[in-house]
Amino acid sequence: MAKLPSPKDLLASRPDFPAESWLDTKPEFAPGSYCYPEKKETMELLHMPNPHDWDPSAEDWNLPDDWEKILCDAFADRLAKHRSLKLFMDICVRCGACADKCHFFLGTNDPKNMPVLRAELLRSLYRRDYTKLGKILGKKVGARGWDKNVVKELFYYAYQCTECRRCSLFCPYGIDTAEITAIVRELMHEVGLGTHWIMDPVKNCSFTGNHLGIKPHSFKEIVEMLADDCETVTGIRPKTPFNEKGHEILFITPSGDVFADPGIYTFMGYLLLFHELDLDYTLSTYASEGGNFGSFTTFNMAKKLNAKMYAEAERLGSKWILGGECGHMWRVVNQYMATYNGPSPSHMTVPKSPITGTVFKNAAATKMVHITEFTADLIRHGKLNLDPSRNDHIITTFHDSCNPARAMGLLEEPRYILKHVCNHFVEMPENTIREQTFCCGAGSGLNTEEIMELRMRSGMPRGNALRYVQQKYGVNHMACVCAIDRATLPPLANYWAPGVNVSGLHELVANALVMKGEPKRTMDLRQEDLPGVEDDAEGGEDQ
Amino acid sequence: MLESLLVVLLIAAVAWIGSCIGLTAVFGIVLPYVAVLVFIIGLVKRMIYWAKSPVPFAIPTTGGQERSLDFIPYAKLDCPSSKFGVFVRMVLEVCCFRSLFRNTQACTFENDPVNGGARVVYYSSKWLWFFSLLFHYCFLIVFLRHFRFFMEPVPSCIGIIEAVDGVLQIGAPRFFLTGGLLLCALLFLLARRIFDQRLRYISLANDYFPLFLLIGIVLSGICLRYFDKAEIAQVKIFIMGLTHFSPVISGLDLNGMFIVHLTLVCTLLIYFPYSKLVHMPGIFFSPTRNLPTNTREVRHVNPWNPPKQFFTYPEYEDTYRDAMAAAGLPLEKQPEKKPTE
Ligand code: SF4
Ligand code: SF4
Repeated sequence: MAKLPSPKDLLASRPDFPAESWLDTKPEFAPGSYCYPEKKETMELLHMPNPHDWDPSAEDWNLPDDWEKILCDAFADRLAKHRSLKLFMDICVRCGACADKCHFFLGTNDPKNMPVLRAELLRSLYRRDYTKLGKILGKKVGARGWDKNVVKELFYYAYQCTECRRCSLFCPYGIDTAEITAIVRELMHEVGLGTHWIMDPVKNCSFTGNHLGIKPHSFKEIVEMLADDCETVTGIRPKTPFNEKGHEILFITPSGDVFADPGIYTFMGYLLLFHELDLDYTLSTYASEGGNFGSFTTFNMAKKLNAKMYAEAERLGSKWILGGECGHMWRVVNQYMATYNGPSPSHMTVPKSPITGTVFKNAAATKMVHITEFTADLIRHGKLNLDPSRNDHIITTFHDSCNPARAMGLLEEPRYILKHVCNHFVEMPENTIREQTFCCGAGSGLNTEEIMELRMRSGMPRGNALRYVQQKYGVNHMACVCAIDRATLPPLANYWAPGVNVSGLHELVANALVMKGEPKRTMDLRQEDLPGVEDDAEGGEDQ
Repeated sequence: MLESLLVVLLIAAVAWIGSCIGLTAVFGIVLPYVAVLVFIIGLVKRMIYWAKSPVPFAIPTTGGQERSLDFIPYAKLDCPSSKFGVFVRMVLEVCCFRSLFRNTQACTFENDPVNGGARVVYYSSKWLWFFSLLFHYCFLIVFLRHFRFFMEPVPSCIGIIEAVDGVLQIGAPRFFLTGGLLLCALLFLLARRIFDQRLRYISLANDYFPLFLLIGIVLSGICLRYFDKAEIAQVKIFIMGLTHFSPVISGLDLNGMFIVHLTLVCTLLIYFPYSKLVHMPGIFFSPTRNLPTNTREVRHVNPWNPPKQFFTYPEYEDTYRDAMAAAGLPLEKQPEKKPTE
């Protein structure tokens, strides 16, 4: 990976707008600006159309011979399938309200990263084939035909959009560039263009049950190791039920949390919480992935990967599904799952918390509850013995992930929990949180190393906001409810606001959770000493 | 941009010349009928075109807290979970431009004292919201005022609108506020496109054309009222003729400016269904706004939902059975005993 410029240089190196019209400029495939392409074998294995070897920086992308026909037909097909696409192609007035809402634009100052122009790239093709004016007047009214450079351009900018939907919040007609990006990515896949960082997890998830390709026995082993770590910290070894039939709840979370620091501590948090509640639940090695990289490729792939959740709930006889902290997973679960793979298996019932009796009516159809809804309800009913002072060494802020914020409206639950497990909580500036939150800069499958500079650019608005509360209020921690965030925010924080730690919410919950019969805690889940431990070493037990 | 201006001027000139060389009937009778037909048929066709594609997924943009736990107040307006809530959201969107009201402007400072470096600051920016709203409402009122020419007797509400509109009591004929404001709003929208670098970069001829066209309509309208005055009584006879499908034009004294005004309006009607102006009906179709946010509570059905195809559990177990057995994971089917054992 190339060395990153300093934040100052990065900011100063944002070029001015080009002099030529956007119809005349072409993207430059400089290293660091694009993700690596997927291998032919993977695409073949997944039966993706037109698999081939290609290199984004090469002049020729080895497109299939009839690439233009494939793309035109695919575009026509998507228009016939999605009213949203037709509408978004037709009604944009180019008012520019969305322009500076996109973190990619703010970080790169590339005009084609303004959501409106990102969409115009496709709209220009639409104009030529589907509008009278475009047919007659062509380029004068922003219409153009397909050519190979246009394909490159579409690819380039579809992978500089994290499908965060911030633009759609501000657009007077709700034009959702994320929807357009998703469809452009589908079109690109029709001619065999995809990225390695997305397709590899898709392949893994297809054949092993999770993105990382962890096989069932290893999955079990890793989780058991995490349970051992839990024991080291708390003196209590949580149970780790796997693939067991007849439990009330099936728990599914992104596999990243089983595998990668700091997500593992969140996972340990879940284990401890469930153990403390003596929850009647099971994990599954088959449905061991909550995330869905398929949703970054095509609707159908998203459906395919998602199908395992209901299938496993059916096989195991679980009454409902509890879902872990994840962003895009919840986009899929909240807005697509019931449509894709519903109705839910007939034996499943409307989720009801076995601890508090609360019925989650808002999940009546999907039968799937977000862990923060579940935990907030527990706290509300006083079911958890919490000692927030164990988190007193941190001053935390909270990062709303794009998908829970703008495709679900999950804003208060995490805050409610955070306020009960931490004594010091500070919000970032108001235009950067809640429904206006800024992306970590690397969602929707862009969390790959080779585009680190681009990620730091697109992460600038988030990084700046974090830096602001760090400098002003001494914030040294950022909590989030997304597995991709847990992977992408640490380097972002390191770059824009060094010294801020990142963690999932349930790591903090478990740190504050006073478990029945536990010996006095001296360390947190990361096995770091709790503050004040030495001071009261002689002070005797507190329970 | 200049092309758009020229086209509008050209249309106006052609209309003017037409009226001079005795083609009033073409511009006064044929064109209006054609324009209205094109407008109606075009719009209906566009809406049918949209409606023909299904809404496969419910993708409302949630602009606030979801309705979940009882003790958490939810954002009824920005994250409506019921049909009624959606109705209110749409009303606010259509009548108050609520999304545009959120608008902010991002300014990047390279040396912010707090951050000790870069910081993006977001300022509330309501200009676009204000002038868009001003434009649309003034246009609506001006449009309603014109019903004076379409109806006999003139409905009393139009008299009221006119009285309020002319409240300044300047000049004779009395100056209508909305006419002036409409022009201001249009000039603001145009100035933005010309002077804001980003806007200039994204603007196409199809963005300037409707602006110039509308400015042309407003200017010619103002002209007809205050300067090159039209003979109101004659105009009314003419328009009533049109609306009753028995057009009269010969013998009427319609000035060139009137024909220009009429022609520009007709151009707008014809242009409307084939341009971005279809955002007017379009907004009602927008799936990120017009769907309830109850997607986990009520299943949305996709008419073209493809059949399920995925790596099933039996296939999974077949692939990993031995390893799973060794790891002590529960199995549906035990591995076959190896012959050597
Ligand atoms: S805010 Fe909406 S209408 Fe305005 S330019 Fe952006 S996408 Fe187009
Ligand atoms: S969805 Fe997000 S990343 Fe994509 S264009 Fe809109 S604001 Fe930018």
